[in-house]
Amino acid sequence: VTKVVVAGAGSIGSLLAAHLAQVAEVTVLTRREEHAAALREQGLRVSGRGDFTAQLDATTDPAALPDAELAILACKGTDLEPLAARLEGTLRHAAVMTIQNGLGAEEIVAGHGEWPLLSSVTFMSGTRHGDAHIEYVLDTATWIGPYRGTTEEDARRVAELVEAGGLKAEAFADLRPAQWSKLIFNATVNGVAALTSLPHDFHFAETEKPSDLGILVRDLVDEGKAVAAAAGVELHDDPWAMNVLATERGHRHFPSMLEDVDARRPTELESINGALVREAWRLGIDVPLQVAVYRLVKAREASYSE
Amino acid sequence: VGCGAVGSLFAANLSLLADVEVWAFDLNELHVAAINRGGLRLSGAGDVLGHPRATSDGAALPACDFGIVATKAMHTDPAITATAHAFADGFVATVQNGLGNEETIVGHVERVIRGTTFPAGKLLEPGHVQWDVQGDTTFGPYDERVPLDEVERLADACTRAGMPANAVDDARGPQWRKVIFNASTNPIGALTGLTHGRVCERPDLRALVTGLVDEGKAVAAAQGIELDADPEELIDHAAKPEVAYDHKASMLQDVEARRQTEVDYLNGGIVRFGQEHGVPTPLNAAIQALVKGVEASWTQN
Repeated sequence: VTKVVVAGAGSIGSLLAAHLAQVAEVTVLTRREEHAAALREQGLRVSGRGDFTAQLDATTDPAALPDAELAILACKGTDLEPLAARLEGTLRHAAVMTIQNGLGAEEIVAGHGEWPLLSSVTFMSGTRHGDAHIEYVLDTATWIGPYRGTTEEDARRVAELVEAGGLKAEAFADLRPAQWSKLIFNATVNGVAALTSLPHDFHFAETEKPSDLGILVRDLVDEGKAVAAAAGVELHDDPWAMNVLATERGHRHFPSMLEDVDARRPTELESINGALVREAWRLGIDVPLQVAVYRLVKAREASYSE
Repeated sequence: VGCGAVGSLFAANLSLLADVEVWAFDLNELHVAAINRGGLRLSGAGDVLGHPRATSDGAALPACDFGIVATKAMHTDPAITATAHAFADGFVATVQNGLGNEETIVGHVERVIRGTTFPAGKLLEPGHVQWDVQGDTTFGPYDERVPLDEVERLADACTRAGMPANAVDDARGPQWRKVIFNASTNPIGALTGLTHGRVCERPDLRALVTGLVDEGKAVAAAQGIELDADPEELIDHAAKPEVAYDHKASMLQDVEARRQTEVDYLNGGIVRFGQEHGVPTPLNAAIQALVKGVEASWTQN
């Protein structure tokens, strides 16, 4: 049986851990001991689109992790650097897969070990109801591609494992087109949601009046597309079409950046909007609206101390 | 017309003049009743007890020589609709924030005076307004239907009443200076939660403010408007600790209280005049859309 480590058990980590535990031996690495204890003792319940309780192991000690073949780092982007540092010298035979939003996660992990690396982006979503219960909300796919010392074949094997566990996954020879589609989508939708307090709903696709929010969203997406084009990336999906489709599903999703701002937590701004703006500047592309959104959310974080 | 904080400053002060009879029109019936019972009291930058006659019924107004519209910009149309009959032979000045108020008023009355005012205050309780800051008012004819000496007559009355005012041929300079200042700083405070001083001390955010100012200046220049002062200097002046560093922009106060903002008449006004004169204003449009999104979130969540 394949041994898998899932490090970080927020919404995405919990969904992966519970489903993979149906087809693999899963150990979850958590930060809090009571979180690990709850998972060991109660298992991890899945509701919503699934209805089962997964049995799995959990620990807070990286040294206690099994000799896994695959480790998925599913923490938030802001927690990735300290997590990768804690994992230095462990998981000697594992391929390590990142799944964070934005750009740059792979480079952060690469700086802490020689592991073969896989990239991924995910479009699924879940809502945590406590440490041992995750509601599976959106059953959209996770896309996986090779990054360092891995091949498309490795990505395909992981995708098949994720699919066997009951989630949706697809392997790509080059993940960058998908990663950039999601980067532009997240920088735009998450940033606008954080600034307006609107969940991702129909306002984001309204384009009738000049002051409609959809016009700003479309202009932000167009700036992102210009950066992708200059970076030589041919997008896998049109972020504007992704936006319209998501709003038409009728589910009012609260992007994590909005939840973070509401709770006055640090956001993933730097790895999403910051990454896009820095790429634009590096390539000499003018993106005044993306810069404005980036600066406004950054200032919003600074206002937590007011 | 509109006897909130700023309207009350004009109404109470003007009612002290022996040669002026003042009527106050406001929909706040408690405020109206208090004014009719015990007068309209100002305290703070000046202590005044005036006795204008107040009403919430536009039809009760007599024919007037001058009107001063001081409502929030989104209430201009219903306010002037209810009161226009009183100004059939008179002149109506606006001292409101933003752009487009003159255009709305001139749809209901013949002779309109453009105005920009800097005094500020807040309604403490019915019949009682705190006068926070004194300041000048500039009036000018909206179009050729208004002779300058009539504008001077209004400015003279205000000045004699303790509300210094001057009459100029073209009052668009002070108006656009104030609009550009407000449009470039108020929504930034509203979207970030930062006071004016903290907005200005962040170089990246201050650069965004400059981007908004530059668009506003370009739209003003395209209309041949000469600003009477550089908004950039006023913004930096206001950021000083002894001036308005800790000031929460009125739009931030509106957002915190979930009141509709005047963004459509500030950034939205710059965007609209920009379109009419072929000047692109992408940042002002973006800011307007974001603040409208904030307003929409109050009814959605």
